[in-house]
Amino acid sequence: MTDSLTSRPPTFYDEVVAETLGLAENLKTCLQCGTCSGSCPSGPDMDYSPRTIFAMIDAGMKDEVLRSNTSWYCVSCYYCTVRCPQEIPITDLMYSLKRMSIQAGHYQEADLDKAPEFSETFMNFVENNGRSFELGIATRYHLRYHPLGAIKLATGMGLKLFTKGRMDITPTKIKNISQLKSILNKAKELGGAA
Amino acid sequence: MKYGYYPGCSLERNARAYHDSTMAISKPLNLEFVEVDDWNCCGATEYIALNKIPAFALISRNLALAADQNIGENLVAPCSACYLNLKKADHYLAETPDLKQKVDTALEAGGLQYQPGSINVQHLLETLVLDVGFEAIEEQVQKPLYNLKVAPYYGCLVPRPAAMDSFDDPEHPMSLDKLIEKLGATVVDFPLKAQCCGGHMTQISEDTALELIRHLLKNAADNEADMIATICPMCQLNLDAYQDAVNARFGTDYHIPIVYFTQLMGLAFGIPAKKLGFGKEIVSSRAALEKISDEAPQPVKKSKKVQKTSGLPMPIMIEEG
Repeated sequence: MTDSLTSRPPTFYDEVVAETLGLAENLKTCLQCGTCSGSCPSGPDMDYSPRTIFAMIDAGMKDEVLRSNTSWYCVSCYYCTVRCPQEIPITDLMYSLKRMSIQAGHYQEADLDKAPEFSETFMNFVENNGRSFELGIATRYHLRYHPLGAIKLATGMGLKLFTKGRMDITPTKIKNISQLKSILNKAKELGGAA
Repeated sequence: MKYGYYPGCSLERNARAYHDSTMAISKPLNLEFVEVDDWNCCGATEYIALNKIPAFALISRNLALAADQNIGENLVAPCSACYLNLKKADHYLAETPDLKQKVDTALEAGGLQYQPGSINVQHLLETLVLDVGFEAIEEQVQKPLYNLKVAPYYGCLVPRPAAMDSFDDPEHPMSLDKLIEKLGATVVDFPLKAQCCGGHMTQISEDTALELIRHLLKNAADNEADMIATICPMCQLNLDAYQDAVNARFGTDYHIPIVYFTQLMGLAFGIPAKKLGFGKEIVSSRAALEKISDEAPQPVKKSKKVQKTSGLPMPIMIEEG
């Protein structure tokens, strides 16, 4: 944490850096060159480009940043990360913003509020079985959040995958699921469950 | 050579062709893959978006199991997301004492422990290219894939494992190109070979995903590829299963089979197609595979190209005349 090193309370910028692994402190050297935004395959769909988001973080615009859909549109391709001349771990910063927007309860205001629901549905199966379960995830997520999608899935692509033997109809459970649950429960205590 | 093997959830079912073909080529290449017993999901790109410490604890259970099971220090993951997550966890545990302390405490709750650096995570392509080597692969080729035009597709997470060293170039990877050439196939130019397939966006924002998939299909079709060879289950699923949706959305008519590179290796090694999972792809590869001929194509005289060594990936312009 940076607050022990300075006389001022931690700013939003400090919070973002503290939440991120790797060379997150490089964020202070951002040149606003826009290489990240120009490299971003989903940039056109974002409320604010990555470059703008970094300027907003610097300006302390916490609410606007955590309410925006920017981090949720990140497809995790890492082009920005490898191209950034200042070696800022941009993709990891986007993951930090996702976590912080969930914690702040703001993500529902972003126009991509289905993204965290998808992640949560996915992980719910993993936490309970130890393995992901595509059919279950897709069915539960689509039924709950957009039923039309569920019908499309069941009659179209889902059916094709199923007939090709590429979809399980029951989840697989690992043998030592109790061990995994103990580990994850302890980790949640330490990490502050979102 | 003995390796720990982490298949990941996709290879259990959806990407079974990838698993089956990997197992099939392992025998002639003298590779022994020993699966980590009772491995769990790596969390894909989802858990890290929700909760940091549990995300790393989830991944680290696999590293701890692999280190504990005496299956060698090298752990091979064929799935790009699994590879990145396992490698990233090992990397960040080693360099972040606070994270390591918390993950250690979480693992202890399950009676496990893991010392960062004790497992060397490799992607399957890395194992085949660096450990086995092109020569040893070429030696196994019994039925060269002459006349088959292949677009090599790397996707994101293998060429760009973030802050960690990549075994290939993050912008212009070539290892898969070279490997496919050794199989006798013709590698076509594929400037978008390291671009994103859309990842989980097919579920969240179909508009975003379909546009990215369309770019890739168009680029392969423009370069007259008979098929696209992938190294990642997510890339395979998106390009294969959503090809119809792309055609419907954009009024296109793409029928480009998407296969795993290990399937092509198996074919060239003379292994029957059925043992390699062919037929599980939604866009059938049959017509493309029928193009394979017994005779090597006449070498095409390559025109001089503008040399580009760095910068953003741009289509290479062929000089006039």
